[in-house]
Amino acid sequence: MSAALAPVGPLPDRVVRDPVLLAFADQVGGQDAGPVAVQGGRTQWNLGGTADPAARLIRAPSGVVAFEPAEMTVQVRAGTTLDELDAVLAPAGQRVALQGLPAEATVGGVLSVGLSGPMRLGHGPIRDTLLQARYVSAEGLLVTAGGPTVKNVTGFDLCRVLVGSYGTLGLLAEVTLRTRPRPQASVWLAGRADPADLFDRLYRPVSMLWNGAEVWLYLEGYPDDVAAQAALAESAGLSLVPGPPRFPAGRRSVPPATLRHVRLDPAHQGHFVAEMGVGVVHGEWPGASPAAADTAVVALNRQIKQLFDPYGRLNPGRDPMSVPTTRTGQP
Amino acid sequence: MTRTTAVEPRLNDALVIELAACLSADRVHTDHLERALYGRDASLMRGDAGVVCFPRTTAEVQAAVRVALRHGRAIVPRGSGTGLAGGAVPVQQPVLIVTTKMVDVEVDLANRVAWVQPGVINLDLTRQLRPLGFHFAPDPSSQQSCSLGGNVANNSGGPHCLAYGVTSAHIVAIEVVLPDGELAMLGGLGADPDGYDLRGAFVGSEGCLGIATRIAVRLTPNPPAVNTLLADFVEPAHAAAAVSAIIAAGVVPAAIEMMDQRITQAVEAFVGAGYPTDAGAILLVEVDGLPSGVAAETAIIEQVCREQGARSVRIAADEAERMLLWKGRKTAFGAVARVKPNYYLHDTVVPRTKLLDVLQQVYAIAERHELIVMNVFHAGDGNLHPLLVFDAAEPGILERVHAAGEQIVRASLEAGGVLSGEHGIGLEKQSFMAWQFTQPDLDAQARLRDAFDPHARFNPGKVLPAGSRCGDLAHLDAQHRDRLLADGVWV
Ligand SMILES: Cc1cc2nc3c(=O)[nH]c(=O)nc-3n(C[C@H](O)[C@H](O)[C@H](O)COP(=O)(O)OP(=O)(O)OC[C@H]3O[C@@H](n4cnc5c(N)ncnc54)[C@H](O)[C@@H]3O)c2cc1C
Ligand SMILES: Cc1cc2nc3c(=O)[nH]c(=O)nc-3n(C[C@H](O)[C@H](O)[C@H](O)COP(=O)(O)OP(=O)(O)OC[C@H]3O[C@@H](n4cnc5c(N)ncnc54)[C@H](O)[C@@H]3O)c2cc1C
Repeated sequence: MSAALAPVGPLPDRVVRDPVLLAFADQVGGQDAGPVAVQGGRTQWNLGGTADPAARLIRAPSGVVAFEPAEMTVQVRAGTTLDELDAVLAPAGQRVALQGLPAEATVGGVLSVGLSGPMRLGHGPIRDTLLQARYVSAEGLLVTAGGPTVKNVTGFDLCRVLVGSYGTLGLLAEVTLRTRPRPQASVWLAGRADPADLFDRLYRPVSMLWNGAEVWLYLEGYPDDVAAQAALAESAGLSLVPGPPRFPAGRRSVPPATLRHVRLDPAHQGHFVAEMGVGVVHGEWPGASPAAADTAVVALNRQIKQLFDPYGRLNPGRDPMSVPTTRTGQP
Repeated sequence: MTRTTAVEPRLNDALVIELAACLSADRVHTDHLERALYGRDASLMRGDAGVVCFPRTTAEVQAAVRVALRHGRAIVPRGSGTGLAGGAVPVQQPVLIVTTKMVDVEVDLANRVAWVQPGVINLDLTRQLRPLGFHFAPDPSSQQSCSLGGNVANNSGGPHCLAYGVTSAHIVAIEVVLPDGELAMLGGLGADPDGYDLRGAFVGSEGCLGIATRIAVRLTPNPPAVNTLLADFVEPAHAAAAVSAIIAAGVVPAAIEMMDQRITQAVEAFVGAGYPTDAGAILLVEVDGLPSGVAAETAIIEQVCREQGARSVRIAADEAERMLLWKGRKTAFGAVARVKPNYYLHDTVVPRTKLLDVLQQVYAIAERHELIVMNVFHAGDGNLHPLLVFDAAEPGILERVHAAGEQIVRASLEAGGVLSGEHGIGLEKQSFMAWQFTQPDLDAQARLRDAFDPHARFNPGKVLPAGSRCGDLAHLDAQHRDRLLADGVWV
């Protein structure tokens, strides 16, 4: 190889050397170190099955590692609470699509549970915010999934599988998340209106909730746009309110069209809050139960768990396949 | 061109007869010409398609997969063959399942999705949706010819993915014939399907986890207002700085595309889009949404571009001018063909703030290797597309092209970037995987693949380098790429 063709420089070190992450991996231990689970803020501790009492409980490291506003990404340790993260992002006028949760909920807990909040219609599901994950495998090794850039299709997309895996495939140590600009204006409205009709008349509302009688609408954006959309909603019978309703306990997901077509017995009004356009229903839903997954899908879930954790040591007792249709309500 | 292994096609008659019984004789092709045609995609790689099948329905795909499995043959899904990483290039004389006859579209407005068969062409879908007030947001530059199945398999991007997200964000559910021949629905119309996100795992899996036979894609409402700006810079450095400055100003436009002087000149000669041919680089920026936000963001972008040294900022006055500006961008690859017959394209992503640095290295690398490089890329995401253009007939040129490509990849990784932003790994970038990932990282990816396809029947020899599961990749080096290529594939 001639000098002119020499490599540009050394390749970056791919091995994770952050002592904080290595210490977390040591805590998890190797394949023979027995069952282990991470506790975050314990705000959804009972979701996805009961924790096996034999599992050693550990905490993921916390702290924001790097935030570069011009990149619109943030590298944060999994044990960081959402409030701590928000405090770092807010001064730069940015945020991640994970707000409105209890102060003690952790980034790792939210991602491991994988349920999006009521802004999903406008902000997208939380799975799309995760760019890179560093997790500890069942063998006790630090593994990097995905990449730190805002766009990346290098290899199989392990990040998607980690979101909503309840810590059964790997224990999240540190993640890189996509951030977004905070909006200049936002407003909640509510009133009696036909939700499907209103939904079709608005351009990309951030959230629309319906309890069988009343509609709640959340708008964000540039002030004049928000005002114009709000005026549209007001002409349909809505008026300004301070915030969304309280969600009743219980959670189910249905195809969004179900919410348009449901025939309601007036007795059900007020017993549920549905996320229009998304298909999440909080509370008692009068409709039919969702169909069970294909046997092939169940088999794939088992195979993935078997290959990632043949020892059954990661968060035993939890199984994303068994998350009941009635999920605990208010975050 | 060097041929690493010559494999003479030996066709198993029973295989062909059984496939013809499942489909119809005229949709199972074995002749030499056809096999050669389907032996390549838009990359520089070539393979040999054992048998080429054109199913129309899910049931036919499933039947063909089962026949192939019974005969111990590998299976390779193929859409339009516009992939740039060799993903659809057949390895091990497989049964190639081509989806071009699977083109049904069923729009479900109440759920805001469309159920499409995988062979539907990206632009055809959007054309069908526009009058209904919707479109499919991912818009690869190849959208006139690439298939939705290919978009899903490669998790494709496009100019408008900056604000709207890449394909993965727009796929709700996928009906898949799995590598064991079973049919499964991954994901679903409900918000939170049970279990792991298998839909997410399948998107971007490059035909290795099964074949998509029906896809529920999300419909995106057409924006009420759109502005397209053309900013003209003397120096590429200033254009790159403007990209970071726009994002830093808190604006995420729908698209920010950058074109350097060479490509701008080639495009202008090709379609006459009205691009300034004396510009060092141009930026094509689009903002969309509600009218006051569009006006506010247009003003910010115009100001930022001028502050960063733009000579002029032109705002398309009407839809015709807007379409013309985009036509230039979208036909860039066609224009390249008029400069040199071949091109080799890398697709690395770097942190947006490193764009300028890496771009300068790209120019230096091309110069060192005496190659022509043209840059036309998704600057807003930091997704570089350096095009090395050449004439493959020139002796020794391929070696130089590969050496330069390798250095571009290194420079991108050094800057904290990744191997591929949207084209995928396929055959082509496999040998670089160990530059980005450690052995445990690759091992985890291999486990996911094994969960779907323990016997590596679907698209064997792609994405993960040999030995990912247990071997030692410590000494893997791109110079050994030839050895890594599977049998029957030559560059
Ligand atoms: C905006 C928003 C709104 C939401 N609304 C609702 C709602 O209405 N209803 C609802 O049910 N949920 C909702 N959620 C989800 C839920 O609130 C969070 O998932 C929850 O707060 C979990 O955080 P935690 O730290 O308390 O986790 P914990 O309760 O401590 O743990 C939850 C599970 O995750 C595992 N885990 C925790 N940390 C890790 C880690 N680092 N690695 C691996 N596994 C880990 C635990 O072992 C446990 O199984 C919402 C989420 C968002 C973003
Ligand atoms: C001029 C040009 C411009 C381009 N611009 C862009 C761009 O802007 N953005 C971008 O992302 N890409 C771009 N590409 C790359 C390419 O067009 C995309 O990757 C596209 O999505 C491939 O679609 P296809 O139908 O041609 O797939 P193919 O090339 O046929 O196949 C690609 C991969 O998908 C798999 N596959 C195909 N169909 C299925 C199925 N039904 N189920 C499972 N696997 C399947 C194949 O096995 C293969 O691995 C460009 C290519 C060219 C030639």
